[in-house]
Amino acid sequence: MFLDLFFGLREAGVPVGLQEWQGLMTALEKSLHGQSLTRFYYLARACLVKSESFFDAYDRVFAKVFHGVEGALDVTEELLEWLRDPKNRAELTPEQREMLERLSRDELMRRFLETLEKQDGRHDGGGRWIGTGGHSPYGHGGEHPTGIRVGGQGRNRSAMKVWEQRRFRDYRTDATLDLRQWKVALRRLRHLTRDGVASELDLDETIDETCRNAGEIELVFRPPRRNNVRLLLLMDVGGTMDPYFEPMSRLVTALREEHGLRELRAYYFHNCIYDRVYRNAYLLREESVPTAELFRTLDERWKVMIVGDAAMHPAELLEPNGNIDPREETPTPGIRWLMRILEHFERVVWLNPDQPASWSSTHTTRVVEKLFPMFHLSVDGLSEAVAALVGARKAA
Amino acid sequence: MSASDDFQKFQGTPGYIASGPLVDAVNCAIALERPLLIKGEPGTGKTLLARHVAAGLGMPMESWHVKSTSKAADGLYVYDTVQRLNDARFGDGDVSDIRRYIRLGPLGRVFAAEQRHVLLIDEIDKADLEFPNDLLLELDEMRFTIPETGDEVRARQRPVVLITSNNEKELPDAFLRRCVFHFIEFPDRELMKRIVDVHHPNLEEQLLDQVLIKFYWLREQSELRKKPSTSELVDWISALLRSGISREQLDAHIPFVGALLKTEQDSEALDTYRERGGKLPTRWSDLGPRYNQ
Repeated sequence: MFLDLFFGLREAGVPVGLQEWQGLMTALEKSLHGQSLTRFYYLARACLVKSESFFDAYDRVFAKVFHGVEGALDVTEELLEWLRDPKNRAELTPEQREMLERLSRDELMRRFLETLEKQDGRHDGGGRWIGTGGHSPYGHGGEHPTGIRVGGQGRNRSAMKVWEQRRFRDYRTDATLDLRQWKVALRRLRHLTRDGVASELDLDETIDETCRNAGEIELVFRPPRRNNVRLLLLMDVGGTMDPYFEPMSRLVTALREEHGLRELRAYYFHNCIYDRVYRNAYLLREESVPTAELFRTLDERWKVMIVGDAAMHPAELLEPNGNIDPREETPTPGIRWLMRILEHFERVVWLNPDQPASWSSTHTTRVVEKLFPMFHLSVDGLSEAVAALVGARKAA
Repeated sequence: MSASDDFQKFQGTPGYIASGPLVDAVNCAIALERPLLIKGEPGTGKTLLARHVAAGLGMPMESWHVKSTSKAADGLYVYDTVQRLNDARFGDGDVSDIRRYIRLGPLGRVFAAEQRHVLLIDEIDKADLEFPNDLLLELDEMRFTIPETGDEVRARQRPVVLITSNNEKELPDAFLRRCVFHFIEFPDRELMKRIVDVHHPNLEEQLLDQVLIKFYWLREQSELRKKPSTSELVDWISALLRSGISREQLDAHIPFVGALLKTEQDSEALDTYRERGGKLPTRWSDLGPRYNQ
């Protein structure tokens, strides 16, 4: 039953590792759950689940595993024995654990069962467990100190209800599951420069100057280093981009939360960039900015990141008045605008959410790919794109 | 294996109403000797908890308030090179002893202390993304070395470590794996009554009901940018009590709304709602089923 919980959680996408599991086992050994299923529920959650966004998944798994169990906690004897044995934990070396973390679920299950089997064998032979039975945290009676008072129990809520209520549904934020990875990829989007007020002590320079001054202390200050990257983000929305809403929003969240950027501006477009870009994804004309204004107000050092699948009707890209929205008159073909962006800014990358293998199958994507360095909108692609934006220039 | 009673247990203090699961989580962290990571809405008493854990366990407390510029090394020790340089120049004191210029940070002080401490690392998510990772080893092994002197600072008594996070940044997995986690849920009606009772004892029952109905109703309004929290509720009740407002006056409107709503847009939204003839709730049944179990 315990293992069901463990694997159930892993299957539900909750990142539970052996380290957490062992923590729970130690806690159970110390009888912290006090024979109460409700308290076991909270205890296991505290040990296994590390973000409230997984609480809902935990509730579902817990309800499934412990369905029908009410009040007291009842576990099969063999598992109990296994759990009680501290050797189970000691036997795994860090390497093994590391390996186990990466193994597939089936493999993991198999190995666990193997260990379990081995352990059972030892129990039968040794019988050393009988002696300790009296102290078992799972038995009845007064062994367990009554010190901990449970504050929340007087509320007529039966134990099962706590997790069946699924109060944490609102905290699910699937979009942020690997937000951290995105941010880590974006961290390299840095160009550290020193400018502004000299407020940081330059130790090396101070020592040099002091020496030159024959030991008279000469403090030298310098401006602190800070990120000088300004980023212009242009995003394709609607139509073929709809399925990619999630990775896009993740990128935007990651960028917005990465406070390191000196400035970030984000604009939207549909399919291709013409004479206007939009402040929000509704593409309202009142909320738009002439593309030419970007060239006027942003200098060439701004880094440009265009996100889009570049898949459209060839006319939308190549011909005058190609804008798919007939209300917008766009005498200049989209490709001209794209060229202008390339000419104006020093570093431009294109992030494509489509799988790289399919890029060549769309005519317009092929054209755009020839113009822009194109990367896949994924953690890896993002790392490469960032390198292209701030890394050393390739020889022309 | 009578390991059940060989560690100190936290049982709550009169000044802090902790829910059962929270008490269990604290004790679990103490028993497992792992840091307890606490998340929750602002104003649910995350930071306060540490002080009361310390009081409850009878241990001194050290806090480390993390800022965006904080570095992991700051918590261990700071080597004051400038002071040493200065002393060398002006001949104050013995500059050959580097130890005089090493000042231990909060973590270092807790390790070096004779007595077991409660250590609060407050708002760990404020610092750089890698900050928690840089503390892994120190928190695991409870020791660190000062390269300048070669001294090792080793915890004599494993401190009880509480860490709070406001969810501004995702914390690294390796760090999370080592923590016991507790999410402080927003207190429900009954718990809230007990919390208010700690701050404002002898509050008239019906008045309290009215206050809480208005409070929870406000929190339910999805248009609000910032939901009022427990600490704001306590402040609001103080304001109400001082002005001597009666229960009847509370029926019709929400006085001192500024104590609850902190942004202009939120106050405006409430005004518009009232202008349009929106009704304020006066009974628990006016609120959703969540409050009427």
